[in-house]
Amino acid sequence: MIEIRFHGRGGQGTVVASKILADAFFREGKYVQAFPQFGVERRGAPVTAFLRVGSQDTLFVRSFIHHPDHIVVLDPTLLQAVNVLEGLKEGGWVIVNTPDHPDTLEIPDSYRVATVDANQIAIKHKLGKPTAPIVNTAILGAFVRATGLLSLDALLEAIREGVPMDPENNAKAAQEAYESVILPQEVTP
Amino acid sequence: MKVLEKSEMKVITGNHAVSYGAKLARVEVIAAYPITPQTTIVELLSEMVAEGDLKARFITVESEHSAMAGCISASIAGARAFTATSSQGLALMHEMLHWAAGVRAPIVMANVNRALAAPWSIWTDQNDSLSQRDTGWMQLYAESNQEALDFVILGYKVAEQVLLPMMIVLDAFILSHTSEPVEIYPQEVVDAFLPPYQNPYALNFDNPQVIGGLADPQVYFEFRYKLQKAHERAIQVFKEEGQRFGELFGRTYDTLEPFMLEDAEEVLVTAGSTTSTARYAVQKLREKGHKVGLLKLRMFRPFPFEDIRQALRGRKKVGIIDRNLSYGHHGIFYQEIKSALYGQSGAPLLFGYVTGLGGRDIRAEDIEAIYEDLRSRTEPQEIIWKGVRL
Repeated sequence: MIEIRFHGRGGQGTVVASKILADAFFREGKYVQAFPQFGVERRGAPVTAFLRVGSQDTLFVRSFIHHPDHIVVLDPTLLQAVNVLEGLKEGGWVIVNTPDHPDTLEIPDSYRVATVDANQIAIKHKLGKPTAPIVNTAILGAFVRATGLLSLDALLEAIREGVPMDPENNAKAAQEAYESVILPQEVTP
Repeated sequence: MKVLEKSEMKVITGNHAVSYGAKLARVEVIAAYPITPQTTIVELLSEMVAEGDLKARFITVESEHSAMAGCISASIAGARAFTATSSQGLALMHEMLHWAAGVRAPIVMANVNRALAAPWSIWTDQNDSLSQRDTGWMQLYAESNQEALDFVILGYKVAEQVLLPMMIVLDAFILSHTSEPVEIYPQEVVDAFLPPYQNPYALNFDNPQVIGGLADPQVYFEFRYKLQKAHERAIQVFKEEGQRFGELFGRTYDTLEPFMLEDAEEVLVTAGSTTSTARYAVQKLREKGHKVGLLKLRMFRPFPFEDIRQALRGRKKVGIIDRNLSYGHHGIFYQEIKSALYGQSGAPLLFGYVTGLGGRDIRAEDIEAIYEDLRSRTEPQEIIWKGVRL
Protein backbone atom coordinates (compact mmCIF):
# COMPACT_ATOMS: atom_id res chain seq x y z
CA MET A 1 0.00 0.00 0.00
CA ILE A 2 1.29 3.43 -0.94
CA GLU A 3 -0.26 6.44 0.78
CA ILE A 4 0.10 9.93 -0.66
CA ARG A 5 -1.03 13.23 0.84
CA PHE A 6 -1.59 16.41 -1.15
CA HIS A 7 -1.33 19.91 0.30
CA GLY A 8 -2.58 22.84 -1.72
CA ARG A 9 -4.72 25.92 -1.57
CA GLY A 10 -8.32 26.30 -2.74
CA GLY A 11 -8.29 26.98 -6.50
CA GLN A 12 -5.07 25.13 -7.36
CA GLY A 13 -6.81 21.87 -8.24
CA THR A 14 -5.57 19.82 -5.29
CA VAL A 15 -8.57 17.48 -5.08
CA VAL A 16 -8.57 16.95 -8.84
CA ALA A 17 -4.83 16.16 -8.63
CA SER A 18 -5.57 13.29 -6.23
CA LYS A 19 -8.30 11.97 -8.54
CA ILE A 20 -6.20 12.15 -11.70
CA LEU A 21 -3.27 10.42 -10.06
CA ALA A 22 -5.70 7.76 -8.77
CA ASP A 23 -7.00 7.22 -12.27
CA ALA A 24 -3.46 7.01 -13.65
CA PHE A 25 -2.48 4.33 -11.13
CA PHE A 26 -5.74 2.50 -11.87
CA ARG A 27 -4.82 2.42 -15.56
CA GLU A 28 -1.68 0.54 -14.54
CA GLY A 29 -3.74 -2.15 -12.83
CA LYS A 30 -3.61 -0.81 -9.28
CA TYR A 31 -6.58 -0.46 -6.96
CA VAL A 32 -7.05 3.11 -5.69
CA GLN A 33 -8.89 5.35 -3.27
CA ALA A 34 -8.71 9.16 -3.54
CA PHE A 35 -10.52 11.59 -1.27
CA PRO A 36 -10.44 15.15 0.02
CA GLN A 37 -10.34 16.28 3.62
CA PHE A 38 -13.52 18.17 3.12
CA GLY A 39 -13.91 21.47 4.89
CA VAL A 40 -15.60 24.73 4.14
CA GLU A 41 -13.86 25.50 0.86
CA ARG A 42 -12.53 28.94 0.18
CA ARG A 43 -10.20 30.09 -2.55
CA GLY A 44 -6.70 30.33 -1.08
CA ALA A 45 -7.42 28.34 2.09
CA PRO A 46 -5.30 25.23 2.78
CA VAL A 47 -6.76 22.08 1.20
CA THR A 48 -5.69 18.50 1.87
CA ALA A 49 -6.39 15.45 -0.28
CA PHE A 50 -5.35 11.83 -0.01
CA LEU A 51 -4.60 8.88 -2.26
CA ARG A 52 -4.14 5.21 -1.42
CA VAL A 53 -2.73 2.82 -3.99
CA GLY A 54 -2.73 -0.95 -3.55
CA SER A 55 -3.81 -4.14 -5.25
CA GLN A 56 -7.26 -5.67 -5.63
CA ASP A 57 -6.65 -7.80 -2.52
CA THR A 58 -5.48 -4.92 -0.30
CA LEU A 59 -7.84 -4.09 2.55
CA PHE A 60 -8.35 -0.34 2.22
CA VAL A 61 -9.20 1.51 5.41
CA ARG A 62 -11.43 4.58 5.23
CA SER A 63 -9.70 7.02 7.57
CA PHE A 64 -7.49 9.97 6.77
CA ILE A 65 -3.85 9.31 5.95
CA HIS A 66 -1.82 10.14 9.04
CA HIS A 67 1.48 8.54 7.97
CA PRO A 68 1.93 9.15 4.23
CA ASP A 69 4.69 7.56 2.17
CA HIS A 70 4.97 10.68 0.00
CA ILE A 71 3.60 14.20 -0.03
CA VAL A 72 2.87 16.66 -2.81
CA VAL A 73 2.92 20.39 -1.97
CA LEU A 74 1.17 22.57 -4.53
CA ASP A 75 1.99 25.86 -2.81
CA PRO A 76 5.42 26.51 -1.28
CA THR A 77 4.03 28.96 1.31
CA LEU A 78 2.35 25.94 2.92
CA LEU A 79 5.81 24.74 4.00
CA GLN A 80 5.69 27.54 6.57
CA ALA A 81 1.92 27.72 7.16
CA VAL A 82 1.09 24.04 7.76
CA ASN A 83 3.15 21.17 9.13
CA VAL A 84 3.04 19.41 5.77
CA LEU A 85 5.72 16.92 6.83
CA GLU A 86 3.63 15.67 9.77
CA GLY A 87 3.72 11.88 9.93
CA LEU A 88 5.68 11.55 6.65
CA LYS A 89 7.59 8.28 6.60
CA GLU A 90 11.39 8.34 6.38
CA GLY A 91 12.71 8.26 2.84
CA GLY A 92 9.43 9.65 1.53
CA TRP A 93 9.31 12.04 -1.40
CA VAL A 94 8.35 15.69 -0.93
CA ILE A 95 7.37 17.18 -4.28
CA VAL A 96 7.16 20.97 -4.06
CA ASN A 97 5.91 23.56 -6.53
CA THR A 98 8.67 26.20 -6.37
CA PRO A 99 11.34 27.65 -8.65
CA ASP A 100 13.89 27.02 -5.87
CA HIS A 101 16.40 24.18 -5.72
CA PRO A 102 15.45 21.29 -3.35
CA ASP A 103 18.54 21.92 -1.18
CA THR A 104 17.37 25.45 -0.30
CA LEU A 105 14.07 24.35 1.26
CA GLU A 106 15.54 23.21 4.59
CA ILE A 107 13.63 19.95 4.57
CA PRO A 108 15.27 17.29 6.78
CA ASP A 109 17.72 14.88 5.11
CA SER A 110 15.54 11.91 5.98
CA TYR A 111 13.27 12.90 3.06
CA ARG A 112 13.85 13.09 -0.68
CA VAL A 113 12.90 16.46 -2.14
CA ALA A 114 12.10 17.36 -5.74
CA THR A 115 11.02 20.78 -6.95
CA VAL A 116 9.34 22.05 -10.08
CA ASP A 117 8.26 25.52 -11.15
CA ALA A 118 4.68 24.46 -11.73
CA ASN A 119 3.34 28.04 -11.55
CA GLN A 120 5.46 29.11 -14.48
CA ILE A 121 4.61 25.95 -16.46
CA ALA A 122 0.88 26.34 -15.80
CA ILE A 123 0.96 30.03 -16.82
CA LYS A 124 2.84 29.17 -19.99
CA HIS A 125 0.14 26.64 -20.95
CA LYS A 126 -2.68 29.03 -20.00
CA LEU A 127 -3.99 26.95 -17.11
CA GLY A 128 -5.98 29.17 -14.77
CA LYS A 129 -5.16 32.86 -14.49
CA PRO A 130 -1.58 34.23 -14.33
CA THR A 131 -2.35 35.42 -10.78
CA ALA A 132 -3.96 32.08 -9.85
CA PRO A 133 -2.53 29.29 -12.03
CA ILE A 134 -3.95 25.77 -11.81
CA VAL A 135 -0.84 23.75 -11.12
CA ASN A 136 -2.22 20.28 -10.44
CA THR A 137 -1.37 18.55 -13.71
CA ALA A 138 2.13 20.06 -13.82
CA ILE A 139 3.06 18.90 -10.36
CA LEU A 140 1.83 15.39 -11.17
CA GLY A 141 4.33 15.25 -14.04
CA ALA A 142 7.05 16.02 -11.50
CA PHE A 143 5.68 13.39 -9.12
CA VAL A 144 5.79 10.69 -11.80
CA ARG A 145 9.40 11.49 -12.75
CA ALA A 146 10.71 11.78 -9.18
CA THR A 147 9.02 8.73 -7.67
CA GLY A 148 9.04 6.45 -10.71
CA LEU A 149 5.93 4.78 -9.29
CA LEU A 150 4.03 4.89 -12.57
CA SER A 151 4.55 5.73 -16.22
CA LEU A 152 4.17 9.16 -17.77
CA ASP A 153 1.90 7.58 -20.40
CA ALA A 154 -0.59 6.48 -17.75
CA LEU A 155 -0.62 10.00 -16.30
CA LEU A 156 -1.09 11.66 -19.68
CA GLU A 157 -3.92 9.28 -20.53
CA ALA A 158 -5.62 10.01 -17.20
CA ILE A 159 -5.23 13.77 -17.81
CA ARG A 160 -6.56 13.60 -21.36
CA GLU A 161 -9.65 11.69 -20.25
CA GLY A 162 -10.20 13.14 -16.79
CA VAL A 163 -9.42 16.86 -16.84
CA PRO A 164 -12.64 18.79 -17.39
CA MET A 165 -11.09 21.74 -19.27
CA ASP A 166 -8.29 22.05 -21.80
CA PRO A 167 -6.92 18.48 -21.49
CA GLU A 168 -4.24 18.92 -24.17
CA ASN A 169 -2.56 21.89 -22.50
CA ASN A 170 -2.75 20.09 -19.18
CA ALA A 171 -1.02 17.08 -20.72
CA LYS A 172 1.67 19.38 -22.13
CA ALA A 173 2.17 20.96 -18.71
CA ALA A 174 2.58 17.53 -17.10
CA GLN A 175 5.08 16.53 -19.79
CA GLU A 176 7.09 19.74 -19.34
CA ALA A 177 7.15 19.34 -15.56
CA TYR A 178 8.26 15.74 -16.00
CA GLU A 179 11.21 16.98 -18.03
CA SER A 180 12.11 20.01 -15.92
CA VAL A 181 11.76 18.70 -12.37
CA ILE A 182 14.82 19.36 -10.20
CA LEU A 183 15.82 16.18 -8.41
CA PRO A 184 18.23 15.79 -5.50
CA GLN A 185 21.85 15.12 -6.51
CA GLU A 186 21.96 11.34 -6.15
CA VAL A 187 18.96 10.55 -8.38
CA THR A 188 19.83 12.93 -11.17
CA PRO A 189 20.67 10.78 -14.16
CA MET B 1 -13.68 -10.25 -8.68
CA LYS B 2 -14.81 -11.06 -12.19
CA VAL B 3 -15.88 -8.09 -14.25
CA LEU B 4 -18.62 -8.58 -16.85
CA GLU B 5 -17.33 -8.53 -20.39
CA LYS B 6 -19.03 -5.33 -21.50
CA SER B 7 -18.80 -3.56 -18.15
CA GLU B 8 -16.89 -0.35 -17.79
CA MET B 9 -14.55 0.11 -14.80
CA LYS B 10 -14.39 3.74 -13.73
CA VAL B 11 -12.76 5.56 -10.84
CA ILE B 12 -15.70 7.59 -9.54
CA THR B 13 -17.08 9.05 -6.33
CA GLY B 14 -19.77 7.36 -4.26
CA ASN B 15 -22.19 10.07 -5.30
CA HIS B 16 -21.57 9.45 -8.99
CA ALA B 17 -21.86 5.70 -8.39
CA VAL B 18 -25.40 6.41 -7.14
CA SER B 19 -26.11 8.52 -10.25
CA TYR B 20 -24.93 5.70 -12.52
CA GLY B 21 -27.05 3.26 -10.52
CA ALA B 22 -30.11 5.43 -11.11
CA LYS B 23 -29.29 5.74 -14.80
CA LEU B 24 -28.88 1.97 -15.19
CA ALA B 25 -32.18 1.51 -13.32
CA ARG B 26 -33.75 3.76 -15.99
CA VAL B 27 -35.46 6.02 -13.47
CA GLU B 28 -38.27 8.01 -15.09
CA VAL B 29 -38.80 10.88 -12.68
CA ILE B 30 -36.24 12.66 -10.50
CA ALA B 31 -37.50 15.37 -8.16
CA ALA B 32 -34.70 16.84 -6.12
CA TYR B 33 -33.39 19.75 -4.11
CA PRO B 34 -29.64 20.28 -3.61
CA ILE B 35 -27.88 19.83 -0.28
CA THR B 36 -24.24 19.19 0.65
CA PRO B 37 -22.88 16.49 0.39
CA GLN B 38 -25.58 14.96 -1.80
CA THR B 39 -25.72 17.57 -4.55
CA THR B 40 -23.37 15.90 -7.03
CA ILE B 41 -25.71 12.88 -7.24
CA VAL B 42 -28.56 14.85 -8.76
CA GLU B 43 -26.20 17.25 -10.53
CA LEU B 44 -24.83 14.38 -12.65
CA LEU B 45 -28.35 13.03 -13.18
CA SER B 46 -29.53 16.45 -14.38
CA GLU B 47 -26.66 16.46 -16.90
CA MET B 48 -27.56 12.94 -18.06
CA VAL B 49 -31.17 14.05 -18.59
CA ALA B 50 -30.13 17.30 -20.33
CA GLU B 51 -27.83 15.43 -22.70
CA GLY B 52 -30.44 12.81 -23.50
CA ASP B 53 -28.46 9.94 -21.95
CA LEU B 54 -31.29 9.31 -19.51
CA LYS B 55 -34.92 9.57 -20.56
CA ALA B 56 -36.41 11.03 -17.41
CA ARG B 57 -38.26 14.08 -16.16
CA PHE B 58 -36.04 16.12 -13.86
CA ILE B 59 -38.21 18.25 -11.59
CA THR B 60 -36.52 21.04 -9.66
CA VAL B 61 -38.47 21.90 -6.53
CA GLU B 62 -38.30 24.48 -3.77
CA SER B 63 -37.67 22.09 -0.86
CA GLU B 64 -37.01 18.47 0.06
CA HIS B 65 -40.58 18.20 1.29
CA SER B 66 -41.73 18.95 -2.26
CA ALA B 67 -39.07 16.67 -3.74
CA MET B 68 -40.58 13.73 -1.90
CA ALA B 69 -44.13 14.88 -2.74
CA GLY B 70 -43.10 14.87 -6.41
CA CYS B 71 -41.61 11.39 -6.14
CA ILE B 72 -44.72 10.03 -4.42
CA SER B 73 -47.02 11.47 -7.09
CA ALA B 74 -44.85 10.11 -9.89
CA SER B 75 -44.65 6.72 -8.27
CA ILE B 76 -48.39 6.29 -7.74
CA ALA B 77 -48.89 7.37 -11.34
CA GLY B 78 -46.75 4.36 -12.27
CA ALA B 79 -43.31 5.91 -12.85
CA ARG B 80 -40.00 4.78 -11.37
CA ALA B 81 -39.08 7.72 -9.15
CA PHE B 82 -35.76 8.70 -7.60
CA THR B 83 -34.38 11.38 -5.34
CA ALA B 84 -31.42 12.00 -3.09
CA THR B 85 -30.92 14.06 0.03
CA SER B 86 -28.98 14.40 3.25
CA SER B 87 -29.35 15.38 6.88
CA GLN B 88 -31.48 18.56 7.24
CA GLY B 89 -33.07 17.77 3.89
CA LEU B 90 -34.10 14.32 5.05
CA ALA B 91 -35.42 15.80 8.27
CA LEU B 92 -37.53 18.28 6.30
CA MET B 93 -38.92 15.37 4.26
CA HIS B 94 -40.00 13.52 7.37
CA GLU B 95 -43.75 13.98 6.91
CA MET B 96 -43.59 12.85 3.29
CA LEU B 97 -41.52 9.80 4.18
CA HIS B 98 -44.52 8.49 6.12
CA TRP B 99 -46.69 9.30 3.10
CA ALA B 100 -44.41 7.41 0.71
CA ALA B 101 -44.55 4.26 2.81
CA GLY B 102 -48.26 4.71 3.57
CA VAL B 103 -49.27 4.87 -0.09
CA ARG B 104 -46.84 2.03 -0.78
CA ALA B 105 -44.74 3.98 -3.31
CA PRO B 106 -41.60 1.99 -4.26
CA ILE B 107 -39.36 5.07 -4.51
CA VAL B 108 -35.61 4.66 -4.14
CA MET B 109 -33.82 7.52 -2.42
CA ALA B 110 -30.13 7.93 -1.65
CA ASN B 111 -29.37 9.58 1.66
CA VAL B 112 -25.84 10.75 2.24
CA ASN B 113 -25.30 10.36 5.99
CA ARG B 114 -24.52 13.79 7.42
CA ALA B 115 -24.72 14.88 11.04
CA LEU B 116 -27.72 16.99 12.02
CA ALA B 117 -27.60 20.55 13.33
CA ALA B 118 -27.23 22.09 15.82
CA PRO B 119 -24.35 22.88 15.75
CA TRP B 120 -23.93 22.87 11.96
CA SER B 121 -21.99 20.00 10.50
CA ILE B 122 -21.54 18.72 6.97
CA TRP B 123 -19.62 15.62 8.04
CA THR B 124 -20.83 12.10 8.50
CA ASP B 125 -22.81 10.31 11.13
CA GLN B 126 -25.82 8.04 10.98
CA ASN B 127 -28.38 9.97 13.01
CA ASP B 128 -30.16 11.48 10.00
CA SER B 129 -31.19 8.18 8.42
CA LEU B 130 -31.66 6.35 11.70
CA SER B 131 -34.05 9.09 12.89
CA GLN B 132 -36.33 7.93 10.06
CA ARG B 133 -36.42 4.32 11.14
CA ASP B 134 -40.14 4.28 12.00
CA THR B 135 -41.40 5.87 8.78
CA GLY B 136 -41.91 2.55 7.00
CA TRP B 137 -38.92 2.89 4.64
CA MET B 138 -36.49 0.07 4.04
CA GLN B 139 -32.85 1.01 4.61
CA LEU B 140 -29.58 -0.35 3.22
CA TYR B 141 -26.16 0.88 4.41
CA ALA B 142 -23.39 0.95 1.79
CA GLU B 143 -19.77 0.21 2.62
CA SER B 144 -18.30 1.06 -0.79
CA ASN B 145 -19.10 2.99 -3.95
CA GLN B 146 -19.86 -0.29 -5.70
CA GLU B 147 -22.45 -1.16 -3.09
CA ALA B 148 -23.96 2.31 -3.51
CA LEU B 149 -24.45 1.70 -7.24
CA ASP B 150 -25.65 -1.87 -6.77
CA PHE B 151 -28.14 -0.95 -4.05
CA VAL B 152 -29.98 1.46 -6.34
CA ILE B 153 -30.62 -1.33 -8.87
CA LEU B 154 -31.29 -3.97 -6.23
CA GLY B 155 -33.33 -1.43 -4.27
CA TYR B 156 -35.88 -0.98 -7.06
CA LYS B 157 -36.02 -4.72 -7.64
CA VAL B 158 -37.02 -5.34 -4.03
CA ALA B 159 -39.08 -2.17 -3.51
CA GLU B 160 -41.31 -2.81 -6.53
CA GLN B 161 -42.15 -6.33 -5.39
CA VAL B 162 -43.13 -5.45 -1.84
CA LEU B 163 -44.35 -1.91 -2.65
CA LEU B 164 -42.22 -0.19 -0.05
CA PRO B 165 -39.82 2.73 -0.47
CA MET B 166 -36.09 2.07 -0.13
CA MET B 167 -33.43 4.36 1.33
CA ILE B 168 -29.84 3.79 0.21
CA VAL B 169 -27.47 5.18 2.80
CA LEU B 170 -23.85 6.20 2.21
CA ASP B 171 -21.45 8.13 4.43
CA ALA B 172 -20.73 11.80 3.77
CA PHE B 173 -17.34 12.37 2.11
CA ILE B 174 -15.94 9.00 3.21
CA LEU B 175 -17.98 7.53 0.37
CA SER B 176 -19.83 10.43 -1.25
CA HIS B 177 -16.66 12.29 -2.29
CA THR B 178 -14.18 9.40 -2.38
CA SER B 179 -13.10 8.15 -5.80
CA GLU B 180 -12.51 4.44 -6.22
CA PRO B 181 -12.99 1.83 -8.98
CA VAL B 182 -16.62 0.98 -9.69
CA GLU B 183 -17.96 -1.51 -12.20
CA ILE B 184 -20.66 0.06 -14.35
CA TYR B 185 -22.66 -2.81 -15.79
CA PRO B 186 -23.90 -3.20 -19.35
CA GLN B 187 -27.41 -1.76 -19.68
CA GLU B 188 -28.82 -4.97 -21.17
CA VAL B 189 -27.80 -7.04 -18.14
CA VAL B 190 -29.41 -4.51 -15.79
CA ASP B 191 -32.53 -4.50 -18.00
CA ALA B 192 -32.71 -8.29 -17.73
CA PHE B 193 -32.55 -8.03 -13.94
CA LEU B 194 -34.79 -5.00 -13.55
CA PRO B 195 -37.62 -4.81 -16.11
CA PRO B 196 -39.72 -1.62 -16.44
CA TYR B 197 -41.89 -0.85 -13.42
CA GLN B 198 -45.42 -2.17 -13.77
CA ASN B 199 -47.66 -0.88 -11.02
CA PRO B 200 -51.03 -2.66 -11.10
CA TYR B 201 -52.45 0.01 -8.79
CA ALA B 202 -51.19 2.99 -10.82
CA LEU B 203 -53.56 5.93 -11.20
CA ASN B 204 -55.58 5.35 -14.32
CA PHE B 205 -58.36 7.44 -15.95
CA ASP B 206 -60.25 4.30 -16.97
CA ASN B 207 -60.44 3.09 -13.43
CA PRO B 208 -60.41 6.15 -11.17
CA GLN B 209 -59.47 5.64 -7.55
CA VAL B 210 -58.38 7.58 -4.51
CA ILE B 211 -54.99 6.86 -2.95
CA GLY B 212 -54.22 8.08 0.53
CA GLY B 213 -57.73 9.31 1.38
CA LEU B 214 -59.29 9.40 4.81
CA ALA B 215 -59.18 6.01 6.52
CA ASP B 216 -61.50 5.84 9.50
CA PRO B 217 -60.88 3.50 12.44
CA GLN B 218 -62.69 0.75 10.53
CA VAL B 219 -59.83 0.43 7.99
CA TYR B 220 -56.69 2.36 9.05
CA PHE B 221 -55.47 -0.43 11.29
CA GLU B 222 -55.52 -2.93 8.42
CA PHE B 223 -53.48 -0.65 6.17
CA ARG B 224 -50.82 -0.52 8.86
CA TYR B 225 -50.95 -4.28 9.44
CA LYS B 226 -50.24 -4.76 5.74
CA LEU B 227 -47.34 -2.30 5.86
CA GLN B 228 -45.71 -4.41 8.57
CA LYS B 229 -46.41 -7.64 6.64
CA ALA B 230 -44.73 -6.15 3.57
CA HIS B 231 -41.63 -5.41 5.64
CA GLU B 232 -41.58 -8.96 6.98
CA ARG B 233 -41.82 -10.31 3.44
CA ALA B 234 -39.12 -7.91 2.18
CA ILE B 235 -36.36 -9.75 4.03
CA GLN B 236 -36.89 -12.91 2.01
CA VAL B 237 -37.34 -10.96 -1.23
CA PHE B 238 -34.08 -9.11 -0.56
CA LYS B 239 -32.26 -12.37 0.08
CA GLU B 240 -33.57 -13.96 -3.13
CA GLU B 241 -32.86 -10.92 -5.29
CA GLY B 242 -29.46 -10.42 -3.64
CA GLN B 243 -28.65 -13.98 -4.69
CA ARG B 244 -29.90 -13.44 -8.23
CA PHE B 245 -27.93 -10.19 -8.41
CA GLY B 246 -24.83 -12.21 -7.58
CA GLU B 247 -25.53 -14.70 -10.35
CA LEU B 248 -25.84 -11.92 -12.92
CA PHE B 249 -23.34 -9.34 -11.70
CA GLY B 250 -20.89 -11.31 -9.55
CA ARG B 251 -21.74 -9.66 -6.23
CA THR B 252 -24.12 -11.49 -3.92
CA TYR B 253 -25.93 -9.53 -1.24
CA ASP B 254 -27.47 -10.66 2.02
CA THR B 255 -28.82 -8.75 5.01
CA LEU B 256 -25.52 -9.19 6.85
CA GLU B 257 -21.95 -9.80 5.75
CA PRO B 258 -19.58 -11.79 7.96
CA PHE B 259 -15.80 -11.35 7.96
CA MET B 260 -13.55 -13.85 9.78
CA LEU B 261 -16.61 -14.71 11.83
CA GLU B 262 -16.63 -18.51 11.75
CA ASP B 263 -14.74 -19.33 14.97
CA ALA B 264 -14.84 -15.84 16.45
CA GLU B 265 -15.43 -15.59 20.20
CA GLU B 266 -15.63 -11.83 20.12
CA VAL B 267 -17.45 -9.97 17.39
CA LEU B 268 -17.48 -6.33 16.32
CA VAL B 269 -20.58 -5.05 14.53
CA THR B 270 -20.46 -2.13 12.09
CA ALA B 271 -22.59 -0.52 9.39
CA GLY B 272 -21.48 1.69 6.50
CA SER B 273 -17.97 2.75 5.59
CA THR B 274 -16.48 2.09 9.05
CA THR B 275 -16.71 -1.58 8.09
CA SER B 276 -13.72 -1.26 5.72
CA THR B 277 -11.52 0.13 8.47
CA ALA B 278 -12.79 -2.48 10.93
CA ARG B 279 -12.06 -5.27 8.44
CA TYR B 280 -8.42 -4.17 8.26
CA ALA B 281 -8.22 -3.97 12.07
CA VAL B 282 -9.80 -7.39 12.53
CA GLN B 283 -7.35 -8.96 10.10
CA LYS B 284 -4.46 -7.43 12.05
CA LEU B 285 -5.91 -8.69 15.34
CA ARG B 286 -6.28 -12.16 13.81
CA GLU B 287 -2.61 -12.10 12.84
CA LYS B 288 -1.86 -11.48 16.51
CA GLY B 289 -3.88 -14.58 17.37
CA HIS B 290 -7.11 -13.01 18.62
CA LYS B 291 -10.34 -14.89 17.92
CA VAL B 292 -12.21 -11.85 16.69
CA GLY B 293 -14.64 -11.47 13.81
CA LEU B 294 -16.67 -8.75 12.13
CA LEU B 295 -20.35 -8.58 11.30
CA LYS B 296 -21.51 -5.94 8.84
CA LEU B 297 -25.10 -4.83 9.06
CA ARG B 298 -26.23 -4.14 5.50
CA MET B 299 -30.01 -4.10 5.91
CA PHE B 300 -31.41 -2.07 8.80
CA ARG B 301 -35.09 -1.95 7.83
CA PRO B 302 -36.61 -4.44 7.78
CA PHE B 303 -34.38 -5.53 10.63
CA PRO B 304 -32.95 -9.03 10.05
CA PHE B 305 -33.69 -10.42 13.51
CA GLU B 306 -33.25 -14.08 12.65
CA ASP B 307 -29.96 -13.55 10.77
CA ILE B 308 -28.58 -11.52 13.69
CA ARG B 309 -29.50 -14.27 16.14
CA GLN B 310 -27.84 -16.92 14.04
CA ALA B 311 -24.70 -14.88 13.48
CA LEU B 312 -24.21 -13.97 17.15
CA ARG B 313 -25.44 -17.10 18.94
CA GLY B 314 -22.75 -18.68 21.10
CA ARG B 315 -20.29 -15.76 20.90
CA LYS B 316 -18.78 -14.53 24.15
CA LYS B 317 -18.80 -10.78 23.62
CA VAL B 318 -20.14 -8.46 20.96
CA GLY B 319 -19.04 -4.84 20.56
CA ILE B 320 -21.41 -2.71 18.48
CA ILE B 321 -19.87 0.37 16.88
CA ASP B 322 -22.47 3.13 16.60
CA ARG B 323 -21.75 6.33 14.71
CA ASN B 324 -25.06 7.56 16.04
CA LEU B 325 -26.92 7.93 19.31
CA SER B 326 -30.53 7.97 20.44
CA TYR B 327 -30.24 10.73 23.02
CA GLY B 328 -31.48 9.58 26.39
CA HIS B 329 -31.11 5.99 25.23
CA HIS B 330 -28.12 4.21 23.59
CA GLY B 331 -26.45 3.70 20.24
CA ILE B 332 -29.16 2.70 17.79
CA PHE B 333 -27.61 -0.42 16.28
CA TYR B 334 -26.81 -1.49 19.84
CA GLN B 335 -30.48 -1.17 20.85
CA GLU B 336 -31.68 -3.08 17.82
CA ILE B 337 -29.24 -5.93 18.27
CA LYS B 338 -30.02 -6.10 21.95
CA SER B 339 -33.72 -6.43 21.17
CA ALA B 340 -32.99 -9.19 18.65
CA LEU B 341 -31.09 -11.17 21.29
CA TYR B 342 -33.47 -10.67 24.21
CA GLY B 343 -34.39 -13.97 25.80
CA GLN B 344 -32.23 -16.02 23.44
CA SER B 345 -30.24 -18.81 24.99
CA GLY B 346 -26.50 -18.51 24.44
CA ALA B 347 -26.73 -14.76 23.83
CA PRO B 348 -23.38 -12.95 24.12
CA LEU B 349 -22.54 -10.04 26.42
CA LEU B 350 -23.17 -6.76 24.57
CA PHE B 351 -21.07 -3.59 24.61
CA GLY B 352 -22.21 -0.38 22.95
CA TYR B 353 -19.42 1.81 21.53
CA VAL B 354 -20.40 5.33 20.47
CA THR B 355 -17.78 6.97 18.27
CA GLY B 356 -17.09 9.19 15.26
CA LEU B 357 -20.06 11.55 15.66
CA GLY B 358 -19.99 14.52 13.27
CA GLY B 359 -17.31 12.96 11.09
CA ARG B 360 -14.57 12.48 13.72
CA ASP B 361 -12.03 10.23 11.98
CA ILE B 362 -12.25 6.53 12.89
CA ARG B 363 -8.84 4.91 12.36
CA ALA B 364 -7.88 1.24 12.39
CA GLU B 365 -6.06 1.96 15.69
CA ASP B 366 -9.36 3.17 17.14
CA ILE B 367 -11.06 -0.09 16.18
CA GLU B 368 -8.18 -2.06 17.72
CA ALA B 369 -8.52 0.02 20.89
CA ILE B 370 -12.24 -0.76 20.97
CA TYR B 371 -11.40 -4.44 20.72
CA GLU B 372 -8.85 -4.20 23.54
CA ASP B 373 -11.46 -2.43 25.65
CA LEU B 374 -13.98 -5.17 24.84
CA ARG B 375 -11.54 -7.87 25.91
CA SER B 376 -10.79 -6.16 29.21
CA ARG B 377 -14.46 -5.94 30.26
CA THR B 378 -16.42 -8.63 32.09
CA GLU B 379 -19.71 -6.81 32.63
CA PRO B 380 -21.93 -5.63 29.74
CA GLN B 381 -21.94 -1.89 29.19
CA GLU B 382 -24.59 0.10 27.34
CA ILE B 383 -22.59 3.17 26.29
CA ILE B 384 -18.81 3.32 26.02
CA TRP B 385 -17.63 6.63 24.52
CA LYS B 386 -14.62 6.33 22.25
CA GLY B 387 -12.64 9.33 21.07
CA VAL B 388 -14.65 12.02 22.83
CA ARG B 389 -12.40 14.72 24.33
CA LEU B 390 -13.49 15.57 27.86
